Amino acid sequence: MDRNLLVATGIEVTYGKRAGLFGGHTPTPVLHGVDIRIGRGQTIGIVGESGSGKTTLGRALLRLVDVSAGNITFDGEDITHIPENEMRPLRRRMQMIFQDPMASLNPRHTIRRILTGPLLLHGIAGDTAEALARVKAVLDRVSLPTACLDRYPHELSGGQRQRIGIARAVLMEPDFVLADEIVSGLDVSTQAQALKLLKELSRELGLAMAFISHDLSVIRAICDHVYVLQLGRIVEQGPCEQVFAAPSAAYTRALLDAIPLPEYDPGWLERKTEA
Amino acid sequence: MTDMLLNVTGLSAVSDREGGLPVLRDVSLSLKKGEVRGLVGESGAGKSTIAKAILGILPRTVRVTGGWINFKNRDLLAMKPQELRSIMGSEIALIPQDPQTALNPGRRIGAQLADGLRLKRGLSARAAEARALQLLADVQIRDPDRVMASFPHQLSGGMRQRVLIAAAFAVDPELVVADEPTTALDVTVQKEILRLIRRMQEAHGTGVLFVTHDLGIVAQICDSVTLLYAGKVIEEGPVRSVLENPQHAYTRALIAAGPRYDRPDAGLEPVPEEIFHALRQEIGIR
Amino acid sequence: MAEPITITGPAAQFRPPSRFKTLLTEPKVLFGGGFILLLLVIAILAPLIAPKNPLEQDLMLGSLPPAWLDGAEPGYYLGTDDLGRDVLSRLLYGSRIALFVAVVSASLAALIGTVLGLLAGWYGGWTDRIISRIVDIWMAFPPVLLSILLVAVFGSGVHSVIAAIVIIDWTRFCRVIRAETLAQAQLDYITAARTVGFPRMKILTREIFPNIVPVLIALVSLEMGIAVVVEAILSFVGLSVSSDTPTWGGMIAQGRQLIHHAWWLLVAPLAVLFATVLAFNQLGGGLRRAFDPVMRR
Repeated sequence: MDRNLLVATGIEVTYGKRAGLFGGHTPTPVLHGVDIRIGRGQTIGIVGESGSGKTTLGRALLRLVDVSAGNITFDGEDITHIPENEMRPLRRRMQMIFQDPMASLNPRHTIRRILTGPLLLHGIAGDTAEALARVKAVLDRVSLPTACLDRYPHELSGGQRQRIGIARAVLMEPDFVLADEIVSGLDVSTQAQALKLLKELSRELGLAMAFISHDLSVIRAICDHVYVLQLGRIVEQGPCEQVFAAPSAAYTRALLDAIPLPEYDPGWLERKTEA
Repeated sequence: MTDMLLNVTGLSAVSDREGGLPVLRDVSLSLKKGEVRGLVGESGAGKSTIAKAILGILPRTVRVTGGWINFKNRDLLAMKPQELRSIMGSEIALIPQDPQTALNPGRRIGAQLADGLRLKRGLSARAAEARALQLLADVQIRDPDRVMASFPHQLSGGMRQRVLIAAAFAVDPELVVADEPTTALDVTVQKEILRLIRRMQEAHGTGVLFVTHDLGIVAQICDSVTLLYAGKVIEEGPVRSVLENPQHAYTRALIAAGPRYDRPDAGLEPVPEEIFHALRQEIGIR
Repeated sequence: MAEPITITGPAAQFRPPSRFKTLLTEPKVLFGGGFILLLLVIAILAPLIAPKNPLEQDLMLGSLPPAWLDGAEPGYYLGTDDLGRDVLSRLLYGSRIALFVAVVSASLAALIGTVLGLLAGWYGGWTDRIISRIVDIWMAFPPVLLSILLVAVFGSGVHSVIAAIVIIDWTRFCRVIRAETLAQAQLDYITAARTVGFPRMKILTREIFPNIVPVLIALVSLEMGIAVVVEAILSFVGLSVSSDTPTWGGMIAQGRQLIHHAWWLLVAPLAVLFATVLAFNQLGGGLRRAFDPVMRR
């Protein structure tokens, strides 16, 4: 069995390729020549600032966005251009957790419906009773009370909604999870809770994870390997210890240098690192 | 004390929207001339509420129930609206959080800056324009003419924030309230903006109240810090001593909970439930 | 350890009250809905509560003024028309036609327009292009001419009135529902449904449609108000039901000619028509507002 679960080579994504009826927009390239390799059970980080293309990359890996060039292989199978009905059974194995849990949970569905639906769809649970049992087990694992099943998303707090999002993703027992900026905007303590939970879950379930973030400190906490994205290109990648200890790209150095640490460092403010 | 700029004493407020829930509990803090104080806390801690109380822009649903806000020996809470209006925007200025919504999308930058100068400084149109140009240069904008003629949507987030900083310091205020001014910015841009704020502050001798949830920012640009939880001051003091020698368990836990790019095991320990429990007991919440 | 669902203290987020409570405290919904409910009861119970037979003519009692004026007859509370028919009873019976037309035509127009709007908004591509083109062309026809044409073809009667309203107004629903569908499709919970692997049609019915319902309900209410007015217009020009059956539009047409010596014959149906349309509009507007704060944050 190949050690690598998800391999993407030479990925290119361009927006606005089709000329519209009115003369068309000029196509804007968002990703160029991106190579990503995610091993089974490995957690990689994708870091970049706004406009780096990191969100697009995540969606391309999940085939939610079409690639204009390149290949994506999942568990040995080339999924780059397979039709949606062939993709569907694979979707159970590749899940996603979203940044805004309020927007990613259907406001008109109860938590029960949101969580049991996917299980019944893929036949992971034979009937509602079995689905409910699995849901309760996962809720317990993410420290949420069963009482929340009958609630609607807007009745829960932000941290609770985030954990529902995590629960939904792991309920399907996927091989791979994409976490797209899932802790941005959370309080430090809630963030730590979510990261700790995610790290434990990925270890327990043997999940491969791609963690997208603009925050290098968060990436350090949870990832083994990191890819640094700048304007649609990978400028540096490697094991976290290596990249953080001795970054080779000037951009990476600039990113690290820009992070203010909560300790006395009188030279920090004036120190300039050119990207 | 002649160099005491701002003195908040025993400020308390409740939210009518949530049935009289206290949002500020007996908050006291002080700011000297030229001092940069960080106002830190998680969301809901009340830091924004304090800033709004000082600026006189509390929402109608929030009611001050006690205390006073002393600015240069005048109580801001007791002032009449027109007195307040004359102070805001000339002696006290704001650097807002969202550069996108703080600027009028339908008017050019130059016009917006000049407006403020003419209103607050009584400058003529031409003088205001010249001064606006100078201000943009002060905030290190390399092509101020282009920016003057631009609309807000044509500028980047960092650029817009520079314009807002220029606007804030344009009137040479004595106190600037910065309400999480870098939250919407990329980290590399954030550093430039923080540097700029500190430089402007030093050049004008302004006191700054810097609202943020980021202890790292506080460490790097503030002289002193006030930490809030549930509307109550938990700890305060010079930045270095609070961060290196935190007295309260909550402060310690909060510092430890933050991830660090130089430590692989940081950022995975949430603040323990016992500390929240103890805090709630200490404050007197259920 | 498990966290309690309800969080007290300033860390708690503001949770809006339950949807039904919001609905009932919204004054527009209360008054508009209340009036419509009353009208519904009246329409159903008309034969029982109308004081007189609306068709019964009595030339001896023609053009009697309403009860509070001189010359009134007891029992004819709002007076009579020139043929001696009781105005109040005719108004009560008139509500039957008005409501019947309103409910049926609004429902049918909603059905057609919503289905097409959902398909256009969700599937996009050629489906959207074709449907949108049809809507654009359809809306270019002058509605009044179209209704007269339809009545001329199908003959006068309730069914023609309903057909006319449905055929013209489905486009309104289509446009709005399509726009709303497009807006919902951008949101992350739809992307989440895609990543889960739900088939496209299932996402439309399971995920998107429930979020369209609030807008739809508000639109239907507004449409009912419009339908009442259209029916009144058509019966005003004599293209609606037969002249025997009392309709508000017919009463207005009649009252217009007799305004000089029997002003109440015009004022009564006009007032009731106005109140009904106002009630539908209020209800629709109130429903829209009541659903919004729960949904948008």
